[in-house]
Amino acid sequence: MKTITHNRIAPDPAAPSNSSEPSSKSSRLRRFAASPAGRAFAALLLVMIVGVIFNADGAFFKIGTHRDALRQASVYGILACGLTLVIISGGIDLAVGSMLALVAVACAKMAIQYGWSAWLVVPICLILGASCGGVAGFVTARLQVQPFIATLAMMVFARGLAKYASGGMKVSTAVRNPDGTYRYVNVPPLFHFVDNRILGDNVSVVTIIFLLCILVAWLFTAKHRWGRYLYAIGGNEEASRLSGVPVVGAKMFAYVLSGAFAAVAGICQAAQEQQGDPEAGAGYELIGIAMVVIGGTSLMGGRGGIGLTLLGVLTIGYLDKILSINAVPEAGRLMMTGVIIVIAVLTQRRSR
Amino acid sequence: MSGITKRFGSALVLNNVQFDVRSGEVHVLAGENGAGKSTLVKILAGVHTDFEGQIKINGREARPRTTLEASALGIAVIHQELSLIGPMSVADNIFLDRMPTRAGFVQDKLQAEQAVACIRQLGLDIDVREPVERFPIAVQQLIEIAKALSQNAKVIIMDEPTSALNAPEAERLFALIRSLKERGCGIVYISHKMEEIERIADRITVLRDGEWIGTTPASELPVTRLIEWMVGRKIEEFATRNAPPLGAERLRLENFCVFPGGRNPVVQNVSLSVRAGEILGLGGLQGSGASELFVGLFGGYGRATRGATYLDGKQVRFTAPREAIEAGVAFLTNDRKATGLVLSLSITANVALAALPALSPGGWLRPSREHAAAVNATAPMRLRAASLDMEVNALSGGNQQKVAIAKWLQIEPKVLLLDEPTRGIDIAAKREIYQMINEWTARGVAVLLITSEMPELLALSDRIMVMHRGCLTAEFSRANATPEAVLSAAMGSSAVPPSGNQASSRKSPIL
Repeated sequence: MKTITHNRIAPDPAAPSNSSEPSSKSSRLRRFAASPAGRAFAALLLVMIVGVIFNADGAFFKIGTHRDALRQASVYGILACGLTLVIISGGIDLAVGSMLALVAVACAKMAIQYGWSAWLVVPICLILGASCGGVAGFVTARLQVQPFIATLAMMVFARGLAKYASGGMKVSTAVRNPDGTYRYVNVPPLFHFVDNRILGDNVSVVTIIFLLCILVAWLFTAKHRWGRYLYAIGGNEEASRLSGVPVVGAKMFAYVLSGAFAAVAGICQAAQEQQGDPEAGAGYELIGIAMVVIGGTSLMGGRGGIGLTLLGVLTIGYLDKILSINAVPEAGRLMMTGVIIVIAVLTQRRSR
Repeated sequence: MSGITKRFGSALVLNNVQFDVRSGEVHVLAGENGAGKSTLVKILAGVHTDFEGQIKINGREARPRTTLEASALGIAVIHQELSLIGPMSVADNIFLDRMPTRAGFVQDKLQAEQAVACIRQLGLDIDVREPVERFPIAVQQLIEIAKALSQNAKVIIMDEPTSALNAPEAERLFALIRSLKERGCGIVYISHKMEEIERIADRITVLRDGEWIGTTPASELPVTRLIEWMVGRKIEEFATRNAPPLGAERLRLENFCVFPGGRNPVVQNVSLSVRAGEILGLGGLQGSGASELFVGLFGGYGRATRGATYLDGKQVRFTAPREAIEAGVAFLTNDRKATGLVLSLSITANVALAALPALSPGGWLRPSREHAAAVNATAPMRLRAASLDMEVNALSGGNQQKVAIAKWLQIEPKVLLLDEPTRGIDIAAKREIYQMINEWTARGVAVLLITSEMPELLALSDRIMVMHRGCLTAEFSRANATPEAVLSAAMGSSAVPPSGNQASSRKSPIL
């Protein structure tokens, strides 16, 4: 193919104005505003401004409102941590809601009915979640079933397993005796610990757990080799494979972590409800995905990050809270959330 | 068509080209890879619309803006990769853009009848309700021709139509082409195969580097002259080779075969050897199997290879790219966007990707090490980028290629597999890459080079082996390699194996 020599002096036309000359504050701000993080931040800011305007007679300015907003968003947020990893790798995990329910049931059974120690219950729950995620990951990464299908299958399977393990009933502190009567056992200390508030009653423990999950997911995505592998696979799987990236292993790793995060969410859910509900978590996967996407992580894979997910979680969490303190009924809240998701994704779309 | 000029960015791919087709003739469009044949066809088919020049059809000026407009003008293209929709029925495919409807509902019965009439014309008797994908490639091609005829095509463009056909199927196609000629269709025929050109061409137009070289009746252009026209350019002097003294044998293949997906072998019994500091050029046209040889050797097809590989005298077998990389083999793929780079990652991350385990001891990323590695690797390359943290996506082709090369330098390779290292990049970048190749061999790296640019192959290679349909057909030393000899070996005109050998040259899924 005949080519023409570039003018050597001219700057590369494909590398336009973002040259790294020391830039003024305003241009740095403009660049931030155009970045995915800036846009996600703008969305959150907008929601907060709405909260300030429609403050429900000052309710929005009460610390309790914020504590509750964060607490209510935390379980979804924990799921979103795992989903972020999977979505960065170019996959999707529909099974997190069901895995949450399965773990919630298992956790309630072990902690309430068997009275096992938290030191035993929590690791078993994590292993349970990680194994479910690992199976889905194996099916999609090794057997090359589309992630949508593989995790859809796990979603149905885990729900079934949760119902089987619980006998279709909520596993609560009312334990059925062999003679058909019920006796009540104490709420286990694990549940009390998780469903607690600290720092002068101002922060829920589940929120702390959520932030720890964010930290763990951040360490992997931003600081660890396997996180880099996930970005590479999501960006171009074939090029990654030919560059020696262990594609199957890295993908499975993402699903295993997603399952483990779902397990953490399941423990939190069980603790907050003080029971293990086999119907819990239905539809949570979609809210989790919405949080990831609103943050600006691309469903195509390869772009995004856990910090963006944090912003997405806060955006949806606060939106829901602001609507609820203004007594918008659930029907309206859901419709509003749907509209917001579309608007957020439209503003996130890269102008290319 | 006259005065056709087309640029891709700054690259001029067609320069003032003229071309015409008369009804009832087969007009062969010949030229090396990258001569501009496909671009010319795409302009005619309405794929590329931003070109200079004139197209006249039956004396009236026309300018197809979409493929639909082109087919309305009577132009149909039978592509190398068929453009049928596999799961849809034969009838649905033929009438895809103009199915007979009543009040918006497809009249299946009528459509089927018309489809049957259509394919009968070609002497084909198949169930038009069957999905297209159930039929062999040869039949699919006939279906595509039937579709073209049903659109009243006056000009049918066939782009390497026999590349996926065996000998009897090709015969049938030639018979069909004769009958199409009798009906008054003009056929534009693109082929790399000499014997085909000799057999069916009425007139031949040769393109070279986007320039129109000439159009002449086939009878006045014997094969030797044709090859001269195709390659006849002086070797551009910027591709220089400073061959270092050769070292010990680095890589040896014995009877290497590759059969991706368990299908027919695309590489058969290739045996070769490269020494430290040597550049072994692999010549061949599209479908020669040279790229597949690289992928197979590199472990890209997993276990779908056979034969023995020796690296520095030790027998090895790579079943995953990771293993090849750890052993010191690097593979620059022929399509940097599809298989070479992760465009959404930064320059630094791309450069570090293959050597990431070494750059991130204990698993934790060391941004400073990666940055230093990227700086070291890209500094001698004159990479033009605003920052090493920018996405590779935003770089020009030549700079992207440099990033891909820098990635492989990180692993300090012993053997470098270069597949089209200069494809689609400007001359300045090419010159830099040639110089880099020279420097690597001076350090004892063994290079296997695939390039479809003949001057590049001749100028860089210390030795040239030519592949045709998956087999090695000829070997030349630097001294006795001439463009004509290499090209005729690549076209199989002096092919050693008979043409009954059906090495499938369909695009393999990986590259």
